[in-house]
Amino acid sequence: MAISHQPDSLLQAPPSKAPRWLIGAGIVLTALFIVGPLLIIFDQALAKGLAVFRANLLHAETLHAVWLTVVTALVVVPLNILFGVAAAWAITKFEFPGKKLLLTTIDIPFSVSPIVAGVCYLLLYGSNGLFGPWLEAMDVRVMFTVPAIMLVTLFVTSPFVARELIPLMQVQGRDQEEVAATLGASGWQIFRRVTLPNIKWALLYGAVLCNARAMGEFGAVSVVSGNIRGQTNTLPLQVQLLYHDYNATGAFAAATILTLLAFVTLILKAWLERHTRGQGGH
Amino acid sequence: MTMKTLSRIALAAGLLVASPAFAQNSPADYKGPNELLNVSYDVARELFVKVNEAFNADWQKKGGKPIDVKQSHAGTGAQARAILEGLPADVVTFNQLLDVQVLYDKGKLIPADWQKRLPNGSSPFYSMPAFLVRKGNPKNVKDWADLARPDVKSVFPNPKTSGNARYTYLAAYADALARNNGDHSKAQAFVKTFLSNVPVFDTGGRASTTTFVERGIGDVLITFESEVNGVKREYGDKGYEIVIPQQSILAEFPVAVVDRNVDRKGTRYLAETYLKFLYSEEGQEIAANFSLRVNDPKVLARHKAEYPAVKLVTVDDVFGGWEKATKEHFAEGGILDKVFVNR
Repeated sequence: MAISHQPDSLLQAPPSKAPRWLIGAGIVLTALFIVGPLLIIFDQALAKGLAVFRANLLHAETLHAVWLTVVTALVVVPLNILFGVAAAWAITKFEFPGKKLLLTTIDIPFSVSPIVAGVCYLLLYGSNGLFGPWLEAMDVRVMFTVPAIMLVTLFVTSPFVARELIPLMQVQGRDQEEVAATLGASGWQIFRRVTLPNIKWALLYGAVLCNARAMGEFGAVSVVSGNIRGQTNTLPLQVQLLYHDYNATGAFAAATILTLLAFVTLILKAWLERHTRGQGGH
Repeated sequence: MTMKTLSRIALAAGLLVASPAFAQNSPADYKGPNELLNVSYDVARELFVKVNEAFNADWQKKGGKPIDVKQSHAGTGAQARAILEGLPADVVTFNQLLDVQVLYDKGKLIPADWQKRLPNGSSPFYSMPAFLVRKGNPKNVKDWADLARPDVKSVFPNPKTSGNARYTYLAAYADALARNNGDHSKAQAFVKTFLSNVPVFDTGGRASTTTFVERGIGDVLITFESEVNGVKREYGDKGYEIVIPQQSILAEFPVAVVDRNVDRKGTRYLAETYLKFLYSEEGQEIAANFSLRVNDPKVLARHKAEYPAVKLVTVDDVFGGWEKATKEHFAEGGILDKVFVNR
């Protein structure tokens, strides 16, 4: 239906067998590997009826896990926007020694397995860690608390915004900023009036990606959370806990929330993608 | 040595002097924080939800304020590690003895004689490896000896990574010893065949259940009796049947107050009362309803039908304790390495 309304100009290539094959294979694979599992989540969550599904969703611990996951994202994403913008601005608009090093360092969380990241934090802030005894003497506990979850999530998601901005800002160069500077604009004015409007959509796109990862992060969080129900259990951890408990419907009910959060993120992403593309055009 | 003894005496004397000042004899007198963190094994969530409700009712009936019992569940190896790194557990309720012991070995968070502080080696309930077979028991599996038959495929986790599977391995070994008049070479030949009949070694018990149930691999799933019942309940429509072997090995569920944490927080009385509650008739009844075996005679009488008779041997009796068993069987180059050829 939808295809028949497309203007003909979109179908420039003459129809041949190969593209149809490819499209068919694409659809089959997508159905098998992406749509299928997604449907299973909802099928399993509803396996024992709507009433059980509702009760599972409204379970106090699951609700707490949702709350904790959202709060974590609300703390982590703004901090990463700040960090990402600052890093991208410094790297693309200025020359300074150690620039390459900074660029590489930003990528580290991408290349390190999340579980390793979690263990690193444990070895730094745990009781037997580097700062552990000192922190304990001051009666401060970092590990196995909500701040620990936020810390590792921050680590794991830190490259997202910067990585999204840097290529764009490199292409844009710094001509406009230089013009603004010669016209007498201050640093803050340049950033707010010139740089920010140019990177707005890419910035939001990076934030959306960062948010998706922050909400879904399992490995690093599982190491430093302590798994305390109703206190330090995020949604992904709650799913695992319920599943271990032979409560499959409960686990899948919690998973539906995670899936819906992902859907919202995806829709946002698709919408933003269209805008970024428009921006790249002019 | 003498210094240690001296310091112990000094410590004991200090406690004697100090204890009357902090004497707390009833929940009504308890002045500490009304929050308790119970750090437990991965599949004990429902059990302790029920225990916590009953404990709270009992505590408040005796004049105490409502207690917020927080629960943490994960594999006990990871849990012990987290406590050593600062997870402020008031009590541990584990399903692996060695993972409690490590709290003494690696961090001195509990005393060396922690097992002597509560009855039955600080183990309020117990279980043992048992079998779950497919509907109608098509392969006619009755006992450990059947698991060495070439047509019988068993599923349990990797004994290298899973405490649960170590019990299974030791139970099979002990049973073979008993059948062969204590001949170790015959017992080793048996476990070798037994292990070679395992198509998949998962890392943990839950993954093995998935292999057996969802992937349909194997004829027998071997895990704790309490777990076997849980799987049978959860997948009731598949008609799985439970088979209890003639002989199995005692698997303790050791509990301990984490001294360093309770003394820091001032929750010792609460923590000790909580653990003692697990030994009460009410606590034992709850455990029995989760297919754990208990010692309370009244509860035992009520649940007689659910506990088929089984001869239980212990790791202490057959293998000279966990430390020796670990060294001889599970260490690098140990007996397990020699018989475990298909991993």
